Amino acid sequence: MKTYTAHVTITLRRAILDVQGKTVEHALHSLHMPQLTNVRIGKYVEMVVQAPDAQTARDVADEACSKLLANPVMEDYAISIEEHEGAAA
Amino acid sequence: MKIGVVTFPGSNCEADAVRAGNVLGHDVVRLWHKDTSLPSGLDVIILPGGFSYGDYLRTGAIARFSPVMAEVTRFAANGGYVMGICNGFQILTEAGLLPGALIRNANLSFVCKDVWLRVEQRTPFTSAYTNGQVLRIPVAHGEGRFIAPAEVLERIEGEGQVVFRYVDPAGSMTDAANPNGSVNNIAGIVNAAGNVMGMMPHPERYVEDTLGGADGCGVFRSLSAALETLVA
Repeated sequence: MKTYTAHVTITLRRAILDVQGKTVEHALHSLHMPQLTNVRIGKYVEMVVQAPDAQTARDVADEACSKLLANPVMEDYAISIEEHEGAAA
Repeated sequence: MKIGVVTFPGSNCEADAVRAGNVLGHDVVRLWHKDTSLPSGLDVIILPGGFSYGDYLRTGAIARFSPVMAEVTRFAANGGYVMGICNGFQILTEAGLLPGALIRNANLSFVCKDVWLRVEQRTPFTSAYTNGQVLRIPVAHGEGRFIAPAEVLERIEGEGQVVFRYVDPAGSMTDAANPNGSVNNIAGIVNAAGNVMGMMPHPERYVEDTLGGADGCGVFRSLSAALETLVA
């Protein structure tokens, strides 16, 4: 078994107006940063995964997302998998 | 009629629901989130308002996996009446017992005030009202903006599953009357079978004039009438 960290970001689906992101964008513009647009606010979930390989670790993280961490009616998610170097954490 | 009211960790409107049932002369039993069976003879289950599991992750996302929810799902599948109020509505959408989802209010603020609702459909939850009747009922939520994918929205509108809409006191659907930015001013919906209903406003808080209003009584009267019809 190897040890991985799954990094999961969850954001509102593109079709849904992200009012929090919009509000932050307006605040950034009032701070004289008009070059910043399409601000989106999401969640970040980090999990340590024990798995024989990176693909299995990703599959486990994906199952966690589809069952609990994200709601497909309102959210999209993205997973990145990082292998721990050396001994298990 | 016999009503079961579920308490989840973080529920805070279960006592209101119990009292409303009692005031209106019904038997009320309390159910616990860890229950793995339901008392016999139950007619209605209420999932009350509150902040189950601290609203962690998403509202209702963790409560939906409580042991009692397996029983609630089975009860609903057998035709039992289930009503989710506020957080209860959020739990029902997370559990897939109702379509759509509830997200942060469009103005990002918690709203706590009376709103006006227009009764849109004759259902087991609304038959004591007349269609088009305007009710004054309180809301208290931060995440009550109802959304649904376009095809789902088209289906629930087309099938008459929208039960309540936010309106002004005259009964007109306006943006100003919409407290949370819900699509089509939707405040409450039923499932396709018509036995599971969710709504963000709190009818259980308005069953006595001395406590501010009694427009919520009709939901309980409707259920009572629906059950009598079944028996008869």
